[in-house]
Formats: sequence, structure tokens, C-alpha cells
Amino acid sequence: MSILGTRVVRTEDPRLLTGGGVYTDDLRLPELDGAARVTFVHSPIAHARITGIDTEAALASPGVVAVLTAADMDDIPDGDGRPTTEPLLATDRVRYVGEAVAIVVTEQGYQGEDAAELVSVDYEPLPAVVDFDDALAGGTLLFEGTDSNVVRTGGEPAPPGAFDGCEVVVQRTFPNQRLAPLPLEGRAAAARWADGRLTLWASTQNAQLARDALAAAVGLDAAAVRVVAPDVGGGFGAKIAVDRDTIIVAWAAKHLGRPVRWVETRNENLLGMVHGRAQRHTITIGGSRDGRILAYQLDIVQDSGAYPRGATFLPGLTQLMASGVYDLAYCGAAFRSVLTNTMPIGAYRGAGRPEATAAIERAVDLFAAEIGMDPAEVRRRNVVAPEAFPYTTASGAVYDTGDYAAALDAVLDGAGYKELRAEQARRRDEGGPVQLGIGLATYVEITAGDGAGETSRVVVDATGAATVYTGSSPHGQGHETAFAMLVTDQLGIPMDRITVIHGDTDQVPTGIGTFGSRSLQLGGTAVHQAALQVKDQARDVAAGMIEASADDLELDTASGTWQVRGDPDTALTWAAVAAQAGPAGLAAAVEFRADSPTFPFGAHVAVAEVDTQTGKATLIRHVTVDDAGKVLNPVLAEGQRHGGIAQGAAQALLEEMCYDPEGNPLTSTLADYAAITATELPSFELLAMETPTTLNALGVKGIGEAGTIGATPAVHNAVIDAVAHLGVRHIDMPATPQRVWAAINEAKGSQMGPAHMRTAQ
Amino acid sequence: MVNGAPVAADVEDRMLLVHFLRETAGLTATNVGCDTTSCGACTVLLDGESVKSCTILAAQADGRQVTTVEGLAGPGGELHPMQRAFRAEHGLQCGFCTPGMVMASVSLLRENPHPTEAEVRSGLEGNLCRCTGYHNIVRAVLAAAEEPAS
Amino acid sequence: MIPAPFSYRRAGSVAEALDLCTEYGEDAKFLAGGHSLLPLMKLRLAMPEVLIDLGPVRELSYVREEDGHIAIGALTRHHDLEHSEMLARVLPLLAHAAGQVGDPQVRHRGTIGGSLAHSDPASDLPATVLALDATLVARGPAGSREIAAADFFQGLFETELEPDELLTEIRVPVPAAGAAGWSFQKFTKRAIDWAIVGVAVQGSAVALVNMAGTPVRAAGVEAALAGGATPAEAAAHAAEGTSPADDINASPAYREHLARVLVERALLEAQSV
Repeated sequence: MSILGTRVVRTEDPRLLTGGGVYTDDLRLPELDGAARVTFVHSPIAHARITGIDTEAALASPGVVAVLTAADMDDIPDGDGRPTTEPLLATDRVRYVGEAVAIVVTEQGYQGEDAAELVSVDYEPLPAVVDFDDALAGGTLLFEGTDSNVVRTGGEPAPPGAFDGCEVVVQRTFPNQRLAPLPLEGRAAAARWADGRLTLWASTQNAQLARDALAAAVGLDAAAVRVVAPDVGGGFGAKIAVDRDTIIVAWAAKHLGRPVRWVETRNENLLGMVHGRAQRHTITIGGSRDGRILAYQLDIVQDSGAYPRGATFLPGLTQLMASGVYDLAYCGAAFRSVLTNTMPIGAYRGAGRPEATAAIERAVDLFAAEIGMDPAEVRRRNVVAPEAFPYTTASGAVYDTGDYAAALDAVLDGAGYKELRAEQARRRDEGGPVQLGIGLATYVEITAGDGAGETSRVVVDATGAATVYTGSSPHGQGHETAFAMLVTDQLGIPMDRITVIHGDTDQVPTGIGTFGSRSLQLGGTAVHQAALQVKDQARDVAAGMIEASADDLELDTASGTWQVRGDPDTALTWAAVAAQAGPAGLAAAVEFRADSPTFPFGAHVAVAEVDTQTGKATLIRHVTVDDAGKVLNPVLAEGQRHGGIAQGAAQALLEEMCYDPEGNPLTSTLADYAAITATELPSFELLAMETPTTLNALGVKGIGEAGTIGATPAVHNAVIDAVAHLGVRHIDMPATPQRVWAAINEAKGSQMGPAHMRTAQ
Repeated sequence: MVNGAPVAADVEDRMLLVHFLRETAGLTATNVGCDTTSCGACTVLLDGESVKSCTILAAQADGRQVTTVEGLAGPGGELHPMQRAFRAEHGLQCGFCTPGMVMASVSLLRENPHPTEAEVRSGLEGNLCRCTGYHNIVRAVLAAAEEPAS
Repeated sequence: MIPAPFSYRRAGSVAEALDLCTEYGEDAKFLAGGHSLLPLMKLRLAMPEVLIDLGPVRELSYVREEDGHIAIGALTRHHDLEHSEMLARVLPLLAHAAGQVGDPQVRHRGTIGGSLAHSDPASDLPATVLALDATLVARGPAGSREIAAADFFQGLFETELEPDELLTEIRVPVPAAGAAGWSFQKFTKRAIDWAIVGVAVQGSAVALVNMAGTPVRAAGVEAALAGGATPAEAAAHAAEGTSPADDINASPAYREHLARVLVERALLEAQSV
């Protein structure tokens, strides 16, 4: 029986549970002996000219090695000359609170905070642009030499007549709010310059991409840079490659000729690690009263933050996935990315796709409410039919495989949808304060959509042990377990004799890394293929040793031995075969590239209780089908779904990065930024469904982001559904108690205070 | 005393216990995850009770017993029932919150050996995890409560 | 984040603590559990030059029944209040409210005296002792004095304590037979959060968390109750005389609404105890 598809506990865990992981700040390497500590000096103001930086007092502070500003960075290549290019350290202007202005390098970490307070920067304040509309209006421009704050546009508005023939058209504008990715380990780096080579240890999802970006930024050949990702304490997209502050740390090691290290505080993390989402959507949905959706348009404003980082590609993904699981006569999307004086936006779990799903799943509920039909029924009538795959959407996405109606029916059945609606009706009749809401979401998303491949090398040495070198580097997903399972499945070498090497560019020079739910389908398939090649090599070697035809040989994967079929007397161990193969053992390297992306899909039912007197919503059940093709290890796949659901629920209910109108962050600590805890969540009910893809040999799609993509709209819709009978059609995310209360009041038509706090949206 | 062994050092008056553990005692499992006593990544046991070591001065722990996750396994390296349960239930992913989460869970069961699911959830309100959605952490604590040795 | 430099001094007794305080004057601050002060110091919102650690002062950790009241040492931890059998029997409101403070780790360190002396109107215990008509005992160089809870809280982080005084004891009268009903309503977004609004009720005494710069008694509610109003009628007066803050969690109007809802719930629950 194959190990694939079975519940294998992780090989990573004993280490993590006893001595703890070795994250970047835990490194105690001889190469880092005597490393100085880097502390950043950040802008406390959202938009200002820098008219002077006085470092004298800081330089006199105990333990200070150096205070470095942009003026010291004359040893790096010039930027690309575009007016919106982001400097490493701010030069003459700062554009968001938290932007790095200088670094203080000290002997000890504690000295850094003291000295950083003494760096005196003169700021001449400029008007801050925080609001979407102000930014679009362009009254204040963030960059000289530009005539607009809009940095990218795409797609087309709905053409005239797109909604002709619709009996019902609903239009609504709402935010998909700004979030903090919030990995528990923030950014951290250590760097050393020695013998003409720069080594960076950093908390990154992609050592190889980090190496290339760092080399370009500091003007070195990639061969002169080594990047090592030790254990990485979560990333969720925000640790893709290497960000500006990490480059500054690496540069400082080279500039000073001394090893340095840096670990950010949570305050720095909330202000200085990319934020996610931050879109404003205008949805227009039209159809007939019998529940058929005919036309849908999504107009997106993407808040870019102060510099165009992820905003250049994220709304494009939203645009691509705008139509969701639905078969629509017309679907269009358009976006504008606009600069504001806030932290730049980047990838965060789902990266453009949760936004698309949130928009259309809200739109479908609005449409259902308008025509008075059960939202489950509206979905059932409009999803792409199973026989339509591969299905090409209006935006050009090719959905590989799926059965969306089956996923919907499975989750409705698993949740007991009818009974839930009956309970809801009972509570409404009773009229008590605590009402029940049932929220649905059906989704499809794109994984491994980046078009790149992934590398793998599998080696079996003369001891019979296997080593896997993979370009896919984990930050909690369990790659070591998963990839070892793939090797043991093919080669019969026991898991505990398989080592997985990743995240060190000297050991794995080429690779792409972990993001976009790509690891198993690309990196895993590469491991699988390399193992197959090693197996073929071994078969030939063993055939020579036994003096038999290779065709007559079989590998007994239970015992891990080669033999002539049916003749155990001829058995050869992996060690013997590898030794015979020569000093390098048996080895195969593969770069696997899929023909096109895969499209996982699923359906979620969220059940929420809403206290209609206080407005507080509580998620009491969450039931999901998340079909990502074949499941390699249910333990790992379920873990990804659990975490994804929690982050989706968090967006729907609690989390938001807020700025005041002057661009001052209001949620810069974990006392203010309402990260979800165990107390706010129920246990989740996961249902299994596997529709394999044909795009890789394993039949697998990505599972890392699906939970978030499905959960956000399901929970959001559940809260609104709980108060729908009071006349509420919509509540912005996060559906905080105050917002829910305000929406109920508004529906009642009563007078009340300001319902929505000012935010970057 | 840290994990049963004396650790003596002259440190700055303001040194936080978590930094004493990491930098002076060389025990890096205990992590710093926030600045505001919110996340629980730095949770250790002080005289057997869970505390956040980012909000205690090293000097305040003078003469007291500190236990970190490094000190939890038995003398022969056998995993503590809570460590076993976290592994069996997949109660960790990236591992960064894990040392603090395990120590908070050990303290929770010492005070309430047979908690309900709701009691486990509220008992872990001071510990953030961003990877697991808490689902398997809660299952792990409930499973550990079933083990006689915990 | 780390605190700005300071000198650490340890007091083994109340007398020693007061001596150290006299020695260092206004540059010094007492450190009890430290879970209000140290976070502020890490954010460098507080930068005392000297910290006087009260950790070793064992004499101030107790809960005991005295003549008609319960005496609680100021250094008694939230955890100990939460699990005190005597409080569960005699002052369940206080035991319950202490169990609502922060999270388990915070309750293992934080003390009732530290919480009260910190005087954060969003904290749970200041309003609780106000509802309980507690008397706070402060000791200074000139000896001890008693301060009514109603006079103790002067504003955000401001109390009636002199800089050289130490809060030593909280005396809570045992509720009369007819006033045994109690309730504590804490409204938060997340369990770990400070209250957006909270209500402590003991008998017909009603105090509000986070509805002004200090904890406040809901005088309008109490007057209405005295006049025979039902809980619903009385709760309509909950926001009278309050001045709630406007922040990212709640507008003043929303806080006023919550106060009315929570007071009604608290009164109904107290009636049913």
C-alpha cells in the first residue's frame, strides 16, 4: 500500500517541540560571532521632506558602531530611474509612517534602541494622502515628476449594454480592508561579508529569489551572494524573496566589513512588513428573477501604499479570478492601483484571489437577497457545470478540473443546511436578541499561477540513505515530511533515512520557493520525478549486478530492496546498488514546469450568532469542502485548511490595519490589531473531496490559501445573514460589533453616530 | 534556576527575562513575538505557572524556578505528554509560537486537569498562533488531558 | 522593545519599600506584577529612573475575613483572587472579575493593588471595587490612611495616592443579605481585549468600566432602582453623566448604547443570583 494519502505525522516536529526551531535570531554560528546589532530609525510622519539628519548625539551613545543614512549608500547601484522607485533608506522624502530613514549599528541590541532615539531628523511635513478618493483625485502627488498617483491600470469598464436584459441589477461599493500578514516571527536577518562574498541569513520564503534580488540591489554577481533561510516562523506571502530592510542589513555588513544582525519588533512588523488586501470594490451584478446571473462587473481600486510593490500584480489576479465559479454571459473587471501615504501592499495569503472571491460571493448574496431566493439555490443555478471542464473564463483563465455543484451540495449536506435554516427561522420567530446567520461561499482559485517551475535533486548514497535537494523552501507547511513521503513511496527507503535540504543557495543554487500554493504541485512533482529517475538508474545498475534484464527487476518498496521478480535470493539493498553506481551514488535532478496553473475549488458554510443588541458576531461552526485534487498527507492538508479558515474568519470579523486621516497608524501593536485567538473560533468541520488535476503526475493542486479564500466571504455572509431579516443587506468587513450595530440601526432608520471609522480605505 | 540548573550572571537592571534566557542562558526556544504582552510566544513557567517572560525583569526571577520548553522532556529525552500530543495532533506548523503554546498548555492542565474545549480555548487566549487556526492545538491539549502522566 | 535604563531596587517589606521610596522620591515607581507598568516602559511611555520591586513583599498577599469586611492584600494576584474559595463564597463578583483580567499568564503576575494604582478606566477591577464600595488603605511615611474607592480614582493613570504612598490593602464590606446579587458584564471584541464597556453590579450598586476617564458609578441607574424602577427602566439611565472615549473600537454613542444594554443584562442577572 502506498504511503501517499495516509496520515503521517511530521518529521519536523520533535526538533521544534524540544529545543525549538532555529529561526534567524536563534543562530549562534561562529561566522556571526561578534555581530553588531542593527536598529532602524523610522519616519514618525506619513509624508514629509527630510531637511536634515543629525547623527552626532547617537554616535556618542554607548556601544554605537555606526549610524548610517542614505548618504552613506554611495557603494550601491543606482535605481532604475523611474520616478516611483523606492529607495533603500529614505533620501529627501518620506512617504509613510515606518519608512526607514537611518540605521544605528551597536555592539549590543539594548544599546540600539537607546541610540536610535537620539538620531534627530528634521521633517518638513507635507499633506498626507490616505483616502482612496483623495489619492485618485491627485490633489497631492506622492512623487515629483508624475502627474497622477495612479501607478497601474488594467481591464475595461463594463461596455454599454452589458446589463441589458437583466431584470434585476444590484450595484454596491465596499472595501476589502487592509490587513497585516502577521507571521509570528517577524522579519529577521543576519549578514556577513568575507572573502568577497556576502552571506545573508534571513527569514524568507525563497532563498534563491532573495539571493538574486540582494545581488542586484548591492551590485554583486549572484555567485558572490549566499542566502540561507533557517527555520522560518510563518510568512503568508509577506516574506517572498527579500524586502528592503533586509537588503539594508546585508548592505551594512558589507559596508562595515563586520557581521551584523537584526530582528524587528512587532511594532516595526506591523508598520513595516507589507500589508495585504486594501482594495475597494464596486460590484454590479445583474440577472433574472428566476435566479440566473447574466452579467457581473468588478471595478477595483487597489491601494498601493506609498510605493508600487505588490500593487503592480495583485489586482491583476483579482481581475483574472473575478467571475469565480460562475458561468456568466458577461463578466468584466477593471482596476486602478493608486499611491497613498501608507505602508506598501504586497502578497498576503491568497494575494489577489481572496479579494475576487469576497467580491463576487458578496455580490451573489446581494443578488439573492434582491430576488428573494435562497443563496444556495442561486449558486447552484449558476456554477460552471462539471462537463464544461476545462473551462475558459471571460478573463482567459482555464479552469482545469472541478465539480462546483458537488462541492456545494456536499457542504450543504455536511452542515445540515436545511436544519440550520429551520433553526434560523425559529429564532427569528422568537425574536430573541441572539440571531443565527448562515453564510455560504463557493470559490475557485488559481495556484502555481506564476508560470515558473521548481527544482529537485534526489541522491541515494552508498549508505542507502536518500537526500532531497529542493528549491521549495518551507515556512511551516511540512515540506520535509511531504517530500520524504514522495521519495519513500517510490524508492522504499524509510522516512528516517531521507533528508530534505532546502533554503541554502549554496546547496540548492536554483529554485523558486514557496508561495501561491505551488510547493507540492511543482516542487513535489519535481521530487517525484527525480525519484523515478533515480529508480530507473538503480534498476539498470542492479540489473548489471545481478546479471539480469532490467525489465525483470522489481523494487520491493516494503523492504527497500531490488530483486529479480519473485526471487528474494537476488535481493540487493539500496546501499549496495548506490555503492556500485560510483562515488556520487545515484542522483537525478529535475526541473518541473507545469503546462498551466491549477484551480482548486470548494464551498464553505459558516454559522454565526449575532447579538443584535450589542452587534457582536460569534462564529459557532465552520464547515468546508476544499478540493485541491489528490491529497498527499491529510494531516498537512487539513492543517493548511485550518489555518486558512482562521485567517479568513479573522478578516471577516476582526482584523484591519487602520490609519487616521493624517496617515498615522492606529493599529501598530498587537493590543490594537485584533489578531484572532482560540477563544474567537470554533473547531472546524472539514469534508473530504478530491478531484485530481491532469496537469501533474501526482494529480495535486495547491491547498495553502484555499481556506482563507473560502472562509472570508462565508463568515462575512453569515454575519449579514443573521441580521438580514432586520433589513440589513451589507456590512463592511471587518464586521465588528460597532459596524453590525450601526447596520442594524441604519436599517431601522434611526439616528446614530458615525458608523464607520476612518481607515485607509 | 533554569530548567533545574543554576544560571548566574550579572545583568543590566532592565534586562527582560526572555532576553536573559535567550542571550545569557543560551536557551533560544523561547521566542519574542510582540512588544505588548499580547502574543504569548515567550511563555515560560515561573515556579510552575505560565508567565510571559517579555514582561518580567530577569532580576524578578532571581532565586526562582524557570522552566522553558527545553526543560520539559524527561531526563532520557522522552517527550512530555504535551509535546507528544502536539506532535500526534499536528498542533504546530511553523513552530514559532509552539514553545510558548506548549508551556501555556502545560500550565493550563496543571490548574485544570480535565478541561472542556471551551476552557482550553479560553485558557489559551493569551497565545497567538497564525498557522494552525488553533484547531489542532486545542485537540492536542484535550488529548494530553487524557494521558495519565500529564 | 526594551525599557529605557533604570535602577532596580528590591524591597523585602512594606517598611523597606517606603524607605526606598523616600530615598528616591518622585524618580521611583513601585513594581508589583509589572503587567501594566513594564509594557508602558517598553513602549517608553513611562521612564522611571528607579523601580522598587515589591515582589518579595509577601506580607501583602492575603485574603482574609475581618470584622464585617474582607481584607485583601494589595499584592494579591488576580489568579489568587480568581481561585479564592472565600471570595467565591462571600464576594463572587470580585473573584469573577479578577478572572476576567487579561489572560492566564497576566493573572499569574498581575496584582489587585497594581491594577488599582495604575488607574486605567478600561481595567476590570477599578470599577469592581467601586461597585463594592471598597476602602483602599495607603501607607506612607506618616502612617496609614483610608481612601474610599469613590475618591481614589482621579483620572487616567492618576489616583489619590501621594508619590510616597503605597497601596497596601483593599477592604470590601461583606454585601448585605439583600444585596447579594451580582453580575459582571465585560464587552470586548476578543476575550483578551480590554473592555470596550463593562458593568459591575453588586446588589443595587452599579459601576461602569471605560465610560469615562475613571471608573464611574451609574448614579442615574442607582437612583432609578431606588425609586422602584425595573431593570429595563433603570438601564435607560446608564449613560447619564458618562463621558466615553472615541476610539477605533467604539464611538461615544455606541459606548452609551452598550452601557444601557449591559446594565440591563447585569441587573437582570444580579436579580436572578
